[in-house]
Amino acid sequence: MTATVRLSRRAFLQGSLGVLTLAVTSSGLVRAADADVPKYGADSMPGGTVDDPLVFVSIAEDGTVAIVAHRAEMGTGVRTSLPMVVADEMEALWERVEVVQAEADEGRYGNQNVDGSRSVRHFLMPMRRVGAAARQMLEAAAAARWSVPVSEVRAVQHEVLHEPGGRRLGFGELAADAARQPVPAADALKLKAREDFRYIGNDKVRLVDLEAIGKGEAVYGMDMRLPGMVHAVVARPPVVGGKLRRFDGSKALTIPGVLKLVEIPAFQGAPAFQPLGGIAVVARNTWAAIQGRDALDIEWDDGPNGSYDSVAYREELEAAARAPGKLMRDQGNVAEAWAEAPEAERLAAEYYIPHLAHASMEPPVATVRIEDGRAEVWTSVQNPAAAQAAVAQRLKFEPGKVKVKVLLLGGGFGRKSKPDFVDEAAIVAQAMPEGTPVKLVWTREDDIQHDYLHTVSVERLEAVIDGSGQVQSWLHRSASPTIASLFVEGAKGQQITESAMSAINMPYVIPNVRVETAEVAAHARIGWFRSVANIPHAFAAQCFIAELAHRAGKDHRQFALDLIGPARRIDPGMMADTWNYTESPERIRAQMEGGAIMGLSLALASEISFEKGRVRQSNFHDYEVLRHQASPRVIRTHLVNDDHDLPPGGVGEPPVPPVAPALCNAIFAATGKRVRSLPVRTVA
Amino acid sequence: MTHLQVNGQTRKADVPDDMPLLWALRDELGMTGTKFGCGISVCGACMVHIDGEPVRACVTPVSAAAGREISTIEGMETDRIGQAVQQAWVENNVAQCGYCQAGQIMAAVSLLKTTPAPTEQQIDDAMSGNICRCGTYPRIRAAIKQAAGRLGAGGQS
Ligand code: FES
Ligand code: FES
Repeated sequence: MTATVRLSRRAFLQGSLGVLTLAVTSSGLVRAADADVPKYGADSMPGGTVDDPLVFVSIAEDGTVAIVAHRAEMGTGVRTSLPMVVADEMEALWERVEVVQAEADEGRYGNQNVDGSRSVRHFLMPMRRVGAAARQMLEAAAAARWSVPVSEVRAVQHEVLHEPGGRRLGFGELAADAARQPVPAADALKLKAREDFRYIGNDKVRLVDLEAIGKGEAVYGMDMRLPGMVHAVVARPPVVGGKLRRFDGSKALTIPGVLKLVEIPAFQGAPAFQPLGGIAVVARNTWAAIQGRDALDIEWDDGPNGSYDSVAYREELEAAARAPGKLMRDQGNVAEAWAEAPEAERLAAEYYIPHLAHASMEPPVATVRIEDGRAEVWTSVQNPAAAQAAVAQRLKFEPGKVKVKVLLLGGGFGRKSKPDFVDEAAIVAQAMPEGTPVKLVWTREDDIQHDYLHTVSVERLEAVIDGSGQVQSWLHRSASPTIASLFVEGAKGQQITESAMSAINMPYVIPNVRVETAEVAAHARIGWFRSVANIPHAFAAQCFIAELAHRAGKDHRQFALDLIGPARRIDPGMMADTWNYTESPERIRAQMEGGAIMGLSLALASEISFEKGRVRQSNFHDYEVLRHQASPRVIRTHLVNDDHDLPPGGVGEPPVPPVAPALCNAIFAATGKRVRSLPVRTVA
Repeated sequence: MTHLQVNGQTRKADVPDDMPLLWALRDELGMTGTKFGCGISVCGACMVHIDGEPVRACVTPVSAAAGREISTIEGMETDRIGQAVQQAWVENNVAQCGYCQAGQIMAAVSLLKTTPAPTEQQIDDAMSGNICRCGTYPRIRAAIKQAAGRLGAGGQS
C-alpha cells in the first residue's frame, strides 16, 4: 500500500482568499471565466456540480493519481471518460491513474444521478477545472521547492519541469507539497488549449473495466458476495396496487436452504420508488430462494388495476386522442384552418407504441447489511442518492448512516434510477439477525413483469396541406399515461415536461400549430426509458411528415428540410453552434450503435401488454429484443463537429427515437405499406 | 457432495443435484464471471463449455455436469482461442455495460473451435442465442472476425 496524501479541505479554505487577491488578468483567465457561460444545466439537479480538486484527486507518494468517478457506470463509459478528462487537464499519465468509484454523497461530489444523458454535458467543464486546479497546485509546489517563478514551470506527463534550470520532479514527489498549496480560484484556472489535449477526443484511453469484463472479473451488483450472505427473491402482487390477501408459506419453508419469509408492505399513495409489496423468501442461495417462492401459496387482492387490458386500453387511448385535450402549445388557429380546409387538403393519422420494458441484462439486485445503527448497501443503481434516501427513510436512519457503494451496472436505461429493489433489500435485512448481509435478486420474470414501464401511447396527428404542398396546420395530440402518475396519485395524461420532448418543440415551421395531451389514467408504474416521450412523439411526427411529403408528391427528405427552414436546418455547419460531440469519440460511436439497436428492438420486436392487470410477457422468449441475426452488421457513425468551446450534447438517449420512424418510412418506400403501430411484427 | 471439474480444478459443492450449474458456480463456488440473465436458456449470459460443448449453465443441473470438464470465462485466459477472443474484444472496444460479454465470449470461442473461419451466416447462427441489450452486436461480429483472422494466420506460421 502506498501512503496517500489527501489534499485537505482546510488547505482549500485557507488558500482561496490569497488567490483571489492575487488574481491578475491574462488571456487564460478570460477564457476560464468564460468557460461557464454556455449552460451545462446541472445547477438545477440535486447537488449541482462540484469542481473541487480536493474532493476528486489524491496523489500517492509513488505517483499514483487516484481520481474519483462520482457517477455510476452503466455502459456509457462515464466511469472512464470523466476521470480521463481530469487526468488530461492535470497532465497525469493515464497508466498511473487509478479510478476510485464514489459512494453516494451528493453533498460532496455534486449530482450523481446518471439519467437524462447528463454526465458529460454537466461535468465536462467541472472535471476540466478539477484537473487544471490540480495541475496548477503541483506546478506551484514545484516552483516553491525550486524558488522560481511559477511561470517558469509546467506540468508535463506526470512531472513538473523547470526547463531553464533543467530540473524535474515527479507528481509523487510533489504530492505532499501540492496538498498544502491553495486551490486556485475559478478565475485563476488555466484550462488547456484543445491542441494540448492528450486523451480528450482521441480514443487512446479504453474503458477502465474493459479487460476485467472480458475475463469475467468485473464486479456488478449481481456479483456481490459477503461472508454469511443470504439470498432473497420476492413474490410481488401481479397487479400494480394489488395487496396480499392471505398466504401459506409452510411448503416453501420445507425447501432445503429456505430460511425465512418476510412480508414486504404494499406501497401507500402513489407508487414512487416504494416496493410493490409481497413476500420475500430468504434462503442460503438464489436457487433455493427461487424454489421457495415457487412453493408459496398466495392469494392476492388485485385492487383497482385488476382489469387493465391492453386491447381495451388502446381503444380508450384512441377515443381520447380523437377528442380535445389539455393544451400544451397553441399557435395560430388550428381549428379554423382544419374547418376551412377542403377534405382533399386534410390528412390525419394515428400511431401506436406499446409499453416497453427496459430489460437490462443484469436484472435489479441489491445487497444490504444493517449493523450498529448503520446500513451498508452494495448495488448497481443509476441514482445512488435516491437509494440512500430510500434506505434511510425505511430504517429511520440519518442519510449519513447509510453507505451506498456503487458497483458496475449491467445496463440501466432508466430502470435503475428507481431504487425500489434497494428498499426491498433493506426491509428484508431489517427482518434478519443484525449484521446479516442480504442480497435481493430480481429474476428476469420479475424484471419484465414488475418494471417501471415505458408509457403506451396513441399519437394523433392532423394536418392541412394546401394544393401547393405547403403545410398550413399541424395538430399533435398525445394520449398516453404520464410519468407524473408515479409520484402524484391519479395524475392523468402527459405533462408539459413530456410534451416538451419532441411534441411541443417539433422542428417544423408551420403557421398553425396545436399540441394537446389527453387526460388518460395510468394502470401500471410508468417510468422513464432511454429517451422517454421522445420515442412516441418522434415516431408519430416523423412518420407523419413522410406521409405529408407523399401526399404533396415531394421527396421526403427535401420536404422535411424545407419545413425546418433554412435558418434552423441541422447541417454540420449549424451543428457547430449547438453541439460538441467528441470528448470520447469512440464511446459516442458505441452509444450510437447501441441506441440504434435498441431503437430497432422497439421498432421490430418489443411489446409489453396487459391482461387482467397482469403483464402477459415474462422473459426474453416473449418479450423480444434484437438479437445478432437481426442486427445490422455494421453501423456507421459520422461525427460532424468537435468544437470544445461549446457545451457538449448528451449521447446516451438521442440515437433511440429516430430509428423506428426511419424504418417504417423505409418499409413504406419499399412496399407501399404504412406501418403506424409498433412493433412492426404485429402488422406483418 | 458434488465434485465439479472447473477450469481444470476439482471443486466440491454441497448442493442438491437439481441445482443449476449457474447457481452452484456463482453462489457456492464464488465464480461470478458466469452471469444470470434469464434462467430459462434464452439469453446466453450463463454460457459455459462442458466437454468443449457450449452449454447454458442456468438449465444444466449440477448432476449433469459432474465428472465432466467445465470451462468458464475465468478459464479462457489459458485457452489459445479464448485468449485471442478476449484480446479481440479489447481491441474492438466491444463492451458497453459488459454484463453479457462473458457469455458472448464463451459462444464465440466455441464457434471458433469448430469453425475457424466462420461466414456471416455461421456467426449469426452461433451467436443469436446470446442477447446484448446494449447493442454491441456489430462489434462482436468484428471482434470474431479479427480473432479468426489472427488465429488462422498464427496457425500457418
Ligand atoms: S441465464 Fe442462462 S441462458 Fe439466460
Ligand atoms: S454490453 Fe451490456 S448487455 Fe451486452
